[in-house]
Amino acid sequence: MNKLMKNKSLILMIISIITLVLLIFVPFTVNRYIYSIIISLMITALLGQSWNLMSGYAGQFSFGHATFFGLGAYTSTYLYTTFDISPWLGMICGMLVAAFVGIIIGYLSFRYKLRGDFFALVTLAFAELFRVLFNNLPTFGGAMGILLKLPLEDNIWMYEFTKYESYYFVILILVILATVFIYFLSKNRFGLNLIAIKTNINAAGALGVNVLGNQLLAMAISASIAAAAGTFYAQYYGFIDPTVVFESDISVRAIVPCIIGGSGTAFGPLLGALVIVPLQEICNSLFEGVGGLNMILYGVLIVVFVLFCPEGITGLIRKVIAKRKGILK
Amino acid sequence: MNFQVFQALFDGVLMGGVYALAALGLSLIFGVMKITNFAHGAMMTMGMYVVYSISTHFGVSPYIALPVSILALFIVGYLLQRFLITRISNAPAHNQLLLTLGVAYILENTILAIFTPNYKTLNVESLSTAIRIGKLTVNPAKLIAFLVALVVTALIYLLLYRTFIGKAIRATSQERDGARLMGIVVNRTGAIAFGIGALCTGIAGALLTPVLSIYPTIGETFQLKCFVIAVLGGMGNLWGALISGLIVGVVEMLTGYYLGGSWSDFVVYIVFVLVLFIKPTGLFERRNRRE
Repeated sequence: MNKLMKNKSLILMIISIITLVLLIFVPFTVNRYIYSIIISLMITALLGQSWNLMSGYAGQFSFGHATFFGLGAYTSTYLYTTFDISPWLGMICGMLVAAFVGIIIGYLSFRYKLRGDFFALVTLAFAELFRVLFNNLPTFGGAMGILLKLPLEDNIWMYEFTKYESYYFVILILVILATVFIYFLSKNRFGLNLIAIKTNINAAGALGVNVLGNQLLAMAISASIAAAAGTFYAQYYGFIDPTVVFESDISVRAIVPCIIGGSGTAFGPLLGALVIVPLQEICNSLFEGVGGLNMILYGVLIVVFVLFCPEGITGLIRKVIAKRKGILK
Repeated sequence: MNFQVFQALFDGVLMGGVYALAALGLSLIFGVMKITNFAHGAMMTMGMYVVYSISTHFGVSPYIALPVSILALFIVGYLLQRFLITRISNAPAHNQLLLTLGVAYILENTILAIFTPNYKTLNVESLSTAIRIGKLTVNPAKLIAFLVALVVTALIYLLLYRTFIGKAIRATSQERDGARLMGIVVNRTGAIAFGIGALCTGIAGALLTPVLSIYPTIGETFQLKCFVIAVLGGMGNLWGALISGLIVGVVEMLTGYYLGGSWSDFVVYIVFVLVLFIKPTGLFERRNRRE
């Protein structure tokens, strides 16, 4: 048994190292178009990772991760454009703001015992609230949004890069950090508490798990990760407006990689993003000129996975392995 | 009272009637199947486009296209429940939510692929010239929408409270297992209820087509409003949906009048959040219990 575990972790390590090496050499091999797809994929993966912690592990189904994404994007961008504060600091501020808002939403929801669909509705309502609010606040550019100035030279301290490669490495590091972080969280007491809460909230409470505290912590961390993704989005695309960053499409973009890859696993969202984003791009290039087809694919994938494979790809792999072992026995 | 306030109030009631009808469908679906239907807005959009294409293609009044829209959406709702949602009726609630979300994406973007994202307007002259009743200015299309919505709502209540299938639907919504034990085919009843819920959006969408410019994602705004109304009235409480539909319509118009149109959604969502926190069972819970 012990040998098997060792083997497994060795295989995992080898796979991780190979992937890492591949990821580092990607910039030298691909063109600009592939780049934009890979970066979009990474943003999706980061968002997915964020959703994964709160909804995959802790079981609080959020339909409003756009709230945190948007807050992250707006905080750093506002500080950057008006006070010339480094977006790195802005990112941290954004993460704090998002965590704070997340804790407020979470505290109110959990205090009033909102679960399931009602929690989803509350989070959705907050995202919409922020969208309308930012649309109406002239300080933040209102509905026109904020246009960032085009960086003329590389300046790491100011999050300004002229090359795609640099942005690629930034988002790569963010995704790796988030994944490693969540992986280790899930292995220690905190992660186990979350899984206990997800499995049976009352039993977890009865066994002495601090339900509210753990849920709020999960929400805060999850919100901060989404906020970091928001800051990256703003710096990379150079433009944000309320309809883009607070839109429910962003919330869905956080959910779908988890559903497809398998929520509640550290690598599920990465797998999910790896499947869905390239598929969408292929669909787009195959049927050029017809809008909406890639989103139809999105819908079809959601329906198919929810119906036939609710545990996602990782769940499927696990099932296959379990079956094999069963046969071998 | 200022006269313009009165006018805003009147417009609010007219729109509220149509909202109420769409939200009634959502509430019915939730009440019977315990599913928050995220495809509700997309279904409404579908109703609008059905009416739009028939009306422009054959050059007929949008109200003649209404029955087609009703039938189309009933079928969509029925099939959706019968063949997709029943398969995962024992899965966690969020999976059903996701399923309807997936369906919403498919519907909405199929419409986008066929009709392009451009705004479409149905120009019916007799419907767009305002008429005056006393000092009130009334858009005839809105008035018709309100009246038809009221009639349809009344018919749906009759169906639910005076017919056998209505009784079966109500029984299923109150006590699923009990209904099954009494010999009600729960699956089919659920599918019919879903069909009726979807049909409500078909009618609401059709009625709004002459009033609005339509585009493929138009349903999303209405969907959220339906959630607001259904929760405000108590998910599954049909009378509640009717009353809170009117409330939301009026609140929207009044805040639009006092604070400007862009803030009206804000106020509506604030109300929504407050109700979710303080009384997620809706405003009219006690009355429902006595029934």
